[in-house]
Amino acid sequence: MSTWQRIFDFRDYGQLLPLVHNSLIAGVILGVVCGLISTFVMMRDLPFAVHGISELSFAGAAAALLGGVSIALGSIIGSLVAAVIIGLLGVRARERNSIIGVLMPFGLGLGVLFLSLYNGRTANKFGSLLGQVVAVDTVHLGYLIWTGSIVVVALAIIWRPLTFASTDPEAAAARGVPVRLLSPLFMLLLGVTVAVSIPVVGALLVLSIVCTPAAAAMRITASPVLVPVLSVLFATTATVGGILISLGADGIPVSPYITTISFAIYAACRVTGWVRARRGWSRRLDHAVAVAVPDLG
Amino acid sequence: MTPVLELHDAALAYGDRVLWSHLDLAVERGEFLAVLGANGSGKTSLLQAILGLQPLSSGRVVVGGQPARRGSRLIGYVPQQRRIDPLTPLRALDVVGQGIDGHRWGIGWPSRSRRRVLEQALASVGATAYADLPVGVLSGGEQQRVRMAQALATDPQLLLCDEALLSLDLNHQAAITALLDQRRRSHDTAVVFVTHEINPILPYVDRVLYLAGGRFRVGTVDEVMTSDTLSALYGMQVEVLRSADRIIVAGVPDIHVHTHDHDAAVPT
Repeated sequence: MSTWQRIFDFRDYGQLLPLVHNSLIAGVILGVVCGLISTFVMMRDLPFAVHGISELSFAGAAAALLGGVSIALGSIIGSLVAAVIIGLLGVRARERNSIIGVLMPFGLGLGVLFLSLYNGRTANKFGSLLGQVVAVDTVHLGYLIWTGSIVVVALAIIWRPLTFASTDPEAAAARGVPVRLLSPLFMLLLGVTVAVSIPVVGALLVLSIVCTPAAAAMRITASPVLVPVLSVLFATTATVGGILISLGADGIPVSPYITTISFAIYAACRVTGWVRARRGWSRRLDHAVAVAVPDLG
Repeated sequence: MTPVLELHDAALAYGDRVLWSHLDLAVERGEFLAVLGANGSGKTSLLQAILGLQPLSSGRVVVGGQPARRGSRLIGYVPQQRRIDPLTPLRALDVVGQGIDGHRWGIGWPSRSRRRVLEQALASVGATAYADLPVGVLSGGEQQRVRMAQALATDPQLLLCDEALLSLDLNHQAAITALLDQRRRSHDTAVVFVTHEINPILPYVDRVLYLAGGRFRVGTVDEVMTSDTLSALYGMQVEVLRSADRIIVAGVPDIHVHTHDHDAAVPT
């Protein structure tokens, strides 16, 4: 069998499709949750923090695997510990980056240690690092549905003040927004999101659905309504599309399909945004300046 | 009529370093007060205290007859001029909207009446032309107009400006200060303007609060901006030179104890 056929294989597709019913639902939930959260990851300049959290989450998952307890539980504990540490110690951007730089290799190292000590099936072994071959059982799906709902509802409640605090913290504080409370709260929500994404895309590739979708959306629009909507659309396209294409593939995890689709969307948005900035915005700006000049007097 | 802003025997100290103490001040409606002083003299901390974000060491701050509290609707705040990231997912209108309901919980829905209010706020600072443009692609001066519209959207009685002209070119400085003056005349809005540099606002300033080395002086420009007064404040010889429409202060010592972000910036 050629390499190409190993990557893309759609024989017996009709029979395979019903088997991934749950995976597809999981893909939609992840798309919605990650698409929304990625809007704030971009606004608050947190992609590196996402990476730091996911590495500690991986350590938690590996520890759970070794200890024979729920991997999901280990993953979420690792995630939340990292989110709290980064949230408490990394208030300023520079401090935050150094804290993450310190935490990340430590978490990854711990994870490698736990995996090396583990004697079970190798398929489980690297799943939480590099993503799984499609399989989401019902237990996992139920867990995904309720954690996802918590994150979406919490985000909806803090949406406006969080947007204000993320784009102009000084003015937000002056208007009475509890800026210092929102920051750790968001880190917790981010921690939960990262933890539930890890079993599907893997700790090393989480950024592809927690950062890339909004980064792509922000290239083509500045509307605070359209950015999260497009971001959810992009993230869902990547997860569901990735699952569908990977279906017939021979032993290849779903993650490379998801990351590739996500990247392709970003590339397309970047080109579109570039063309638009050259044409649309600059032309309207000339107009704006022409109108504004008489007021300057 | 009660003053918009009152400070009664106010003091602020970090540990044993006293920024200012025994500060009594009343700012009337429509008044333009410039707050001047060397780096680290507590200008920004004063604004934070008025906003209810920084508790005083002693004394009281009263805004519109009420003790200062966080998120007061009586105050509009224009932060330091700082470039907004080009990828910020907000249009000029959305930034103004944050001044009205950005602090409220929930998602918030657009409506026609809300949009009208926002458009009026933008029109009042001459920013109608770029209402729907991403705020990140606007020039520094345009962004500062949008920030002013945000601060004025709730029609506050008191407008606080923290180095609002920093790094703007002379044209934009003149335009922004003229807008401020227009606003206080049309709406009786009091303006408290923290700055390194008095010259851009000199035509409009009613009184000056000068902070230095734990002491302060309040009075008109002619009373405060003199060699004698500033020399007494700083405890060393300071020269104040006045030409027709400019004031040049020479020999002010820099106090490098407590640095804010903007303290590194060169006055324009």
